[in-house]
Amino acid sequence: MTTLTTASAPVAPGGRIVPGAERTLRNRVTAGQAVSDSLAMARRGLIKIRRTPEQLIDVTVQPIIFTLMFTYIFGGAISGSITAYLPVIIPGILVQTVITASAVTGTQLREDMDKGVFDRFKSLPIARIAPLAGALVADLVRYLIATTLTIVMGLVMGWRPGGGVGGVLLAGLLVIVCAWSLSWIFAFFGVIGRSASSVQGISFLVLFPLTFLSNAFVPVDTMPGWLQGFVNVNPVSHLVTAVRDLASTGSVTGQVGIALLSCAVVVAIFAPLAVRSYMKKA
Amino acid sequence: MTTTAIEAEGLVKTFGDNRAVDGVDLEVATGTVYGVLGPNGAGKTTTIRMLATLLRPDAGRASVFGHDVSREPFVVRQLIGVTGQYASVDETLSATENLLLFCRLNGLKGSAATRRTRDLLEEFSLTDAAARPLKNFSGGMRRRLDLAASLIAQPPLLFLDEPTTGLDPRTRAQMWETIRRLVATGSTVLLTTQYLDEADQLADRIAVIDRGRVVAEGTGDELKSSVGQQSLQLALVRPDDAPAAQAAVLDVLGVAATVSPEARRLTVPVADPARVTDLLVRLRGGGVDLDGLSMDKPTLDEVFLTLTGHDATDQSTTDRAAGSPEPEEISA
Repeated sequence: MTTLTTASAPVAPGGRIVPGAERTLRNRVTAGQAVSDSLAMARRGLIKIRRTPEQLIDVTVQPIIFTLMFTYIFGGAISGSITAYLPVIIPGILVQTVITASAVTGTQLREDMDKGVFDRFKSLPIARIAPLAGALVADLVRYLIATTLTIVMGLVMGWRPGGGVGGVLLAGLLVIVCAWSLSWIFAFFGVIGRSASSVQGISFLVLFPLTFLSNAFVPVDTMPGWLQGFVNVNPVSHLVTAVRDLASTGSVTGQVGIALLSCAVVVAIFAPLAVRSYMKKA
Repeated sequence: MTTTAIEAEGLVKTFGDNRAVDGVDLEVATGTVYGVLGPNGAGKTTTIRMLATLLRPDAGRASVFGHDVSREPFVVRQLIGVTGQYASVDETLSATENLLLFCRLNGLKGSAATRRTRDLLEEFSLTDAAARPLKNFSGGMRRRLDLAASLIAQPPLLFLDEPTTGLDPRTRAQMWETIRRLVATGSTVLLTTQYLDEADQLADRIAVIDRGRVVAEGTGDELKSSVGQQSLQLALVRPDDAPAAQAAVLDVLGVAATVSPEARRLTVPVADPARVTDLLVRLRGGGVDLDGLSMDKPTLDEVFLTLTGHDATDQSTTDRAAGSPEPEEISA
């Protein structure tokens, strides 16, 4: 055991382990430690993504297929032509794809938490939020991939956003931030769910109304009045409108504010809920 | 300064109507190996999980180096290392990546983390396999990596939950050696085992646990002598002498000797070792020649049988409320 002596390790001279009573112990985790623990966990998440690329199917193949399908199926009917539909559908499908990707976060978290390694995480003196926050931060990569592919797909199909590079980048950034915020809802389901498949079931039950009962695919004025009521308050609609404004004109409208505010509310509610349930299960 | 590593009083944990742990008291002195011995489903893992802050006790209290596990879990986690029954390392990561992750989570940064990882890999003979995915690791390699991960923070108290279950004899011997070395550096170890000889070999003190309760506690020798007498094994040169030898035993010690099927060995329970001499003198006088003799203490298997009235079989399937989950299996 003499090989185990390193500078910061609590080993007394001669390779002996410092007795429990002689150690300086902290009773709380500091904010700085919470951040560095979460980053260490995020790094683990990134390695996992690299090791299991098949988990990226939903953010690689799906954006390509959905963008093609929706555009060519609905384009003529809704906007009269494919080209006219592109500025409507690309922001819509972008939001839908990336939010769907954030729902998968919960399922993967559940699968992950069933592994023995989470026992070790729980037995370590680390910030309790770190295993959750780390996983969610690592998933930013997934959202980035989905965002990039959808935008590139749109450009390939002839989408020419008037907002220019800056507008499109801001739009992509906004979608990623919102998807990350929403992923706390699905992380909460992941923590409380009994199995990965039940988590997936609940997540999609929330996801479908949220994304389809919005202005993502069709103009709101074609819907019945009662439905318009919901669609107009649905935060996803505000996000889609904000993304359309950013991409088409490069203008940051009040819709961006509403979208970000909704995100803040979601995180404020679901992050503590998720962490508390996680700790209770621990 | 306390010299007690673990103090537990009346720990209870119930899963449904199954009292997995039903009032466990433990006291473990610093710098010792403490063995918790019991069959599968007796409540060993549940006890460890409560002591390691992974489960909240339903009743009772426990402290680690004087820190209460329920009130100061964060402090307790700085003092312990836990190696689970099922290797608690990340399957998708390599050995190096696992250790680096746990180094970072233990506050080691940059080159300190790299150095500690390299040292631990070397210490546990994993250097050659360090970059390989864990999927291809043998059971023994996984356990070694698991133990290495538990040692990053040099915890003064280590929980080893069935550290050698499923390992081949050679790997088991290596694990025993590692545990002995750990104790030599000042660690306190609490280990659970279903192997009676393992507790006997490694532990300074042993608690025998049966259906969630501690049914006996003491050193291995104390436990064995609490069961009663030692036994004398006699090997006869001539099988024909067996009846004469039995008669001599009955006459001198007043007990019946058991004759082994091939009639060459006699097992004699001995309450007073001093009187064995009398027996030997009598045998020589009677012309019974001995091929060999030995005084044996009872095995811990016999201890368990005597203490509980039943043998050390799996308790997760017998005498349990129907349909209740096996406590060892409950995760989180």
